[in-house]
Amino acid sequence: MSLRKQGMTRRQLLSQSALIGAGFAIGSGFVAGQAQANWALEVEHLKPETMATLIQMARDIYPHDQVGDQFYATAVKGHDSAEAAPGIEDGVAALNAAAKNLGYGRYLDIGWERDRVDLLRSLEDSAFFQQIRGGLVTGLYNQKAVWPIFGYEGESFSEGGYIDRGFDDINWL
Amino acid sequence: MTAPFELSDDSVVVVIGTGAGGGVLANELAQKGVSVVALEAGGRYLPEDYINDEWDSFGQLAWTDPRTTSGDWRVSKDFSGLPAWIVKAVGGTTTHWAGASLRFQDHEWKARTTYGDTAGANLLDWPIDPREMDDYYTRAENKLGVTRTGGRAGLPGNNNFKVFEKGARALGYEEVHTGRMAINSADYDGRPACQQTGFCFQGCKWGAKWSTAYTDIPNGEATGNLEVRERCHVMRIEHNQQGKVTGVVYVDAEGNQQEQKARVVCVAGNSIESPRLLLNSASSMFPDGLANSSGQVGRNYMRHVTGSVYAVFDQPVRMWRGTTMAGIIQDEAINDPSRGFVGGYELETLALGLPFMAAFLDPGAWGREFTTALDHYENMAGMWIVGEDMPQETNRITLNSDVTDQHGLPVANVHFSDHPNDIAMRDHAYRQGIAVYEAVGATRVFPTPPYPSTHNLGTNRMSSDPRDGVVNAHGQSHDIANLFVSDGSQFTTGAAENPTLTIVALAIRQAEFIAAELGRQNI
Ligand SMILES: Cc1cc2nc3c(=O)[nH]c(=O)nc-3n(C[C@H](O)[C@H](O)[C@H](O)COP(=O)(O)OP(=O)(O)OC[C@H]3O[C@@H](n4cnc5c(N)ncnc54)[C@H](O)[C@@H]3O)c2cc1C
Ligand code: SF4
Repeated sequence: MSLRKQGMTRRQLLSQSALIGAGFAIGSGFVAGQAQANWALEVEHLKPETMATLIQMARDIYPHDQVGDQFYATAVKGHDSAEAAPGIEDGVAALNAAAKNLGYGRYLDIGWERDRVDLLRSLEDSAFFQQIRGGLVTGLYNQKAVWPIFGYEGESFSEGGYIDRGFDDINWL
Repeated sequence: MTAPFELSDDSVVVVIGTGAGGGVLANELAQKGVSVVALEAGGRYLPEDYINDEWDSFGQLAWTDPRTTSGDWRVSKDFSGLPAWIVKAVGGTTTHWAGASLRFQDHEWKARTTYGDTAGANLLDWPIDPREMDDYYTRAENKLGVTRTGGRAGLPGNNNFKVFEKGARALGYEEVHTGRMAINSADYDGRPACQQTGFCFQGCKWGAKWSTAYTDIPNGEATGNLEVRERCHVMRIEHNQQGKVTGVVYVDAEGNQQEQKARVVCVAGNSIESPRLLLNSASSMFPDGLANSSGQVGRNYMRHVTGSVYAVFDQPVRMWRGTTMAGIIQDEAINDPSRGFVGGYELETLALGLPFMAAFLDPGAWGREFTTALDHYENMAGMWIVGEDMPQETNRITLNSDVTDQHGLPVANVHFSDHPNDIAMRDHAYRQGIAVYEAVGATRVFPTPPYPSTHNLGTNRMSSDPRDGVVNAHGQSHDIANLFVSDGSQFTTGAAENPTLTIVALAIRQAEFIAAELGRQNI
């Protein structure tokens, strides 16, 4: 089965994966984006669905609509380690249980961001939430590949600084 | 070039720490022919080593040995293990600093007299007359190459400054300029002019910004009178039966304990480590720590009234381009109690890169209210508040024996709570900062809470009466004649200005005093 089903959104793919269970994973497991996004993340220690939940959670915590899923995936992939995995699985299970209490199948089934965020707010003091949020501060915003999306240019020493490259080029004042 | 001194050589002056205070003192003494061993806990990094990347640089230079926090300041909640953002490296925090170099105003040397009795504040006048400092300030400015002093030109204003300046003028502020900065506006002292690369906080890769790491330290070493031992962490100061200090015990780069004998010991480890070292040096003769008969060691910890104002505009600013601190408004630095607080504050432009903005804009915040701010990062301008905070006895560095560092020593606990005067001043500064940006069309403003402390002051303060403080007007401890404090912890009060020019001026002055006292065989 192809991981990159033409025309499917990540969320559709993920919700299908729930229906088809392990069929979603190939080999040691992947979470994949839609065809155009052309990315896939291999998971070694976490269940693919857990990783998919983390990616959604990451986007709900620090939503930037112009930032693609692959960056959120990169931001949370550090949790896919032998040491971290059991705690993360527990945390996601608790998140899904909280979703169930509210009448949803699981976290990923909550359609509106607002409703997912309400759920996260109710858990924001938990160690699990703070672990995910704290990791994202550097995991997401310290990705050099993300910087251009925000217009941030990073180091300039290699180009001789901005002395001749617009340190004072503001023209709308 | 380095002068190797024997561990047993008890004629040397030992300087602990090589930042603004220690680095300058070590060089100034070496220039006068005094033998100096400087012990520095951090490694040696030079411009070619600096990394223009916020987190990587933090990993390279920051002091990340364990510390703990308490008190009602928000830093204690958001950065409980990182009360201060300072450096562990040869050059100390002068590698990180932005370079703003301002003299105190005359009345700030006499805070107690000027502000009067302020409830809850442990105010005191400095035991120094402002006129005594004029010449030392001039020498410090020439050493650092401070712009807009000594005939040196100001720096050009970057985008962040232009927004700030326009807003400031619209509000009627008059003392608005690109600052007095220890950043070369033209070649000076063998170092080039600023290339507007940004990343002043990560170490200036051009060497355009003054740092002891590549000025005073190598200059001192070139005399043959200064030996700098890096990666050497001083654990305690030793003393004899007569109550004179005799040397220091330190852990060297290989992890071995060594004892360096000394004729004089000067402590310059920054305002958290300096009192920690004195407290960790307690003995049966000095059970409360060295130089602590007043009980003031570690007390009166000050960090300036700080905070930032960021603002988003409908068009790009690109504040990160060029000098990190690119200009100043000084009109609010006066003492005008009709504003509802004593003392004053400066407003100075500041820029953070995206990674640090995410960490510091509103620590712990999440969701769209937060992320929509970062979405407009390119359209942001920023400024920093630096104002005089009230010394309080209860704001203090203590030893936390429940937590030890890699050498097995109790760590410093940093306790801080704002004084009501601090809160009133910060609120005023937030309002003014917001007004500056709104005057240029800001669409959204962010009164951002203080970062982990960059200015750490006051924990071994100067006093004329030995009961009120730890050191005298020359930084010499009241209790032990051959023990000196040579960093920002000497500050009796903090003034509104960024502290480093004053730390440097005091170090120049102290070097003269120590050399003279050595010559007179008084120490
Ligand atoms: C981001 C930033 C921006 C700043 N901008 C400005 C500015 O624009 N203007 C301004 O005036 N100030 C500024 N400052 C503050 C300025 O850097 C400090 O005030 C100044 O460096 C303090 O000097 P110091 O000698 O007290 O300590 P430091 O410069 O911190 O030096 C202390 C040294 O002692 C060493 N040390 C500590 N304990 C031990 C030990 N036990 N054994 C051996 N070595 C030890 C440390 O490793 C360190 O190298 C800024 C600071 C920061 C962090
Ligand atoms: S902006 Fe100027 S002073 Fe700052 S790091 Fe770059 S060259 Fe150095």
